[in-house]
Amino acid sequence: MSPFLVTLMTPLIGGFVLAAVEDARIAARINVASGVITFGASLALAVSVAQVGSLNAVGGWFFLDAFNVFLVALTAFVGMTTAIFSGPYMRHEIAHGRMDARRMRLYHSMFQLFQFGMLLGFTANNIGVLWVSLELATLATVLLVSLYRTPASIAAAWKYFVLCGMGIALALFGTVMIFFTSSSVLGHGNEALTWTLLMDESSKLDPVVMMIAFCFLMVGYGTKVGLAPMHAWLPDAHGEGPTPVSAVLSGLLLNLALYALVRLKMLVDGATGTDTAGHIMMSFGLLSLFVAAFSLHKQRDIKRLFSFSSIEHMGLMTFAFGIGTHLASFAALLHMTVHSLVKSGIFFTVGHAAQAMGTQKMTGIRGLIRHHPGIGWGLLVGTVAIAGFPPFGVFTSEFLLLTATLDAHAWTCILLLLGLLVAMTGLLRFVQPMAFGEPASDAVAVRVNMLPVYVHLLLALMLGLFIPGFLAGWYDQAAALIVSAPLEGL
Amino acid sequence: MNTALIQQIIDGLAALMLLVSFSLLAQHRMLSVLHWFAVQGWLLAITSAFVAYGTGHHELYVSAAMTLLLKGLLLPWLLWRVIKRLHVHREVEPLVNLTLTMLIALGITLFSFHIIQPIEKISQLLTRDSMAIATACVLLGMLMMITRRKAITQVVGFLAVENALFFAAIGSTNGMPLVVEIGIAFDVLIAALIFGLFFFQIRTTFDSLEVDAMHASLVEREEEE
Repeated sequence: MSPFLVTLMTPLIGGFVLAAVEDARIAARINVASGVITFGASLALAVSVAQVGSLNAVGGWFFLDAFNVFLVALTAFVGMTTAIFSGPYMRHEIAHGRMDARRMRLYHSMFQLFQFGMLLGFTANNIGVLWVSLELATLATVLLVSLYRTPASIAAAWKYFVLCGMGIALALFGTVMIFFTSSSVLGHGNEALTWTLLMDESSKLDPVVMMIAFCFLMVGYGTKVGLAPMHAWLPDAHGEGPTPVSAVLSGLLLNLALYALVRLKMLVDGATGTDTAGHIMMSFGLLSLFVAAFSLHKQRDIKRLFSFSSIEHMGLMTFAFGIGTHLASFAALLHMTVHSLVKSGIFFTVGHAAQAMGTQKMTGIRGLIRHHPGIGWGLLVGTVAIAGFPPFGVFTSEFLLLTATLDAHAWTCILLLLGLLVAMTGLLRFVQPMAFGEPASDAVAVRVNMLPVYVHLLLALMLGLFIPGFLAGWYDQAAALIVSAPLEGL
Repeated sequence: MNTALIQQIIDGLAALMLLVSFSLLAQHRMLSVLHWFAVQGWLLAITSAFVAYGTGHHELYVSAAMTLLLKGLLLPWLLWRVIKRLHVHREVEPLVNLTLTMLIALGITLFSFHIIQPIEKISQLLTRDSMAIATACVLLGMLMMITRRKAITQVVGFLAVENALFFAAIGSTNGMPLVVEIGIAFDVLIAALIFGLFFFQIRTTFDSLEVDAMHASLVEREEEE
């Protein structure tokens, strides 16, 4: 079997197998094994794509290029480390009566199906299938958010379901509109939704229809990216679900939605030949940055704090993709990678911290470094990394983004810097007492597995200090794809 | 039948679709909301069948049959069962009174016709007039979601939006490719099942199906911190 099929099918099979496994311990091992196989296969896939440039699979239904194959590898990697983290974490939750065996089955099965939906979305060569898979990934996570069955978690899951369902419905409307114009160019069939064919013909699509379609897609997929003002579901869903779920929601699902948006923007740019779509994205991005940066200061719950930080970073990436120059796209791709790594790492740490202190309230978490040096340092270093301090990768990508902004729209630099500064202070003011501070007396010892966190942070550090040649080449190629697309159309 | 006649029939069905969307908004009783929702499903199926006949795209007969089963029969029946099982109060309890809702709905319809105008000029398709109506129906479904208090009426609004999207696909593009359509139908089915599951979770946790109660729990959760 080709590495592509292994990458895609392992989580699907894993999902069905795990639905039948009763023993939570064995299920956790299968979960990890499936993650490792998926990641291994995705690496093999990445190598083969790097050799040939781009790849069509299964009769043209799937395709891989530099842009999506690195996201596939990233998704598989974070999926794997989350599975490793989730084993001991969920055992602790069972021991404390927040979970039972039946719900563990649901959890493991849905975790793998979510992974399948993600990988399907990244590799699908059909914007209709892309929509279906994004919906699939959403549906798989809805039940995970309400997994603890507390009133707040059910309410959060309902909000997530209704708001994202609505958002995704609008995105479907946008997709229908694209089909409406593309079917007159490419014929009434699958070809008219096939990405690679659409891209070649994008200049023939009707600009007016494509622009109206983009408005629907922007609001629709933008809801899933968590852009303000459609972000209301995000802090609740990330705050109430189990921590491994928060980690993959923040680190992965938002990426898929943004990926969909960027792909469709490439099409719209090709049709209209103007920057309007990019400007819309930039405004949404800036607004999200500001809303999130100021909301950070009002938070009381540690998981909600970091989910607002996710909104901030998704805003930055949307802004960068909106600028649309080569450098900005490069920065956005790098930022996507480091954000996924650091944010999921932080969520792992936060999960352990909440277990050790028995609360998610930030006022209840104090003196982590004294009590649990591993968790404390992890949280501190993770926060420093995500707040954009050198030498971590977030600094590099934000610096590149600012440079790109200076070239394109210099005056927005001031706004960006202000937003970043407010967000940074918001994070540090809460994390400082949690890391140092007077330790709380009732902290319990928990078995922690900090390895995934350290691996994530080390990778982010490495990306900040030097980006290996092959990876830089890769980003470069992907950025070139994103940028050159509209030029071909013009 | 000649093309002009089919065109007229489809336009007529589109008008009926809009009428049903208004009726959905105007109902006082839960059961009649479900009736109109079922009627919407049937209308969709009939429209697909006509478009299939008129254009000769035979795969549309498949989606007509799927629509009839899923949206005309299965979903209304499932929702009806939920209402029976959970003894939901029979009144709809809108947040905004119905007269005002109707006026807003009227404004939304005018707005939809306005934004779709540039598209209608360029389309060569048999069914080009229906795009504006589909847009109006999408927005009316959303209006229904935001003006109702109960989780279950929100879900009907959600499904009405899905119906309108389907109508947009059938009406203005002669149907999406079958693979995509099956994918969408599958997603809607799963979504409906999850909604059903949620009703029971919400009911056991909050003792009512009011959205306000859920919202309050989130606010409380945030404030206790």
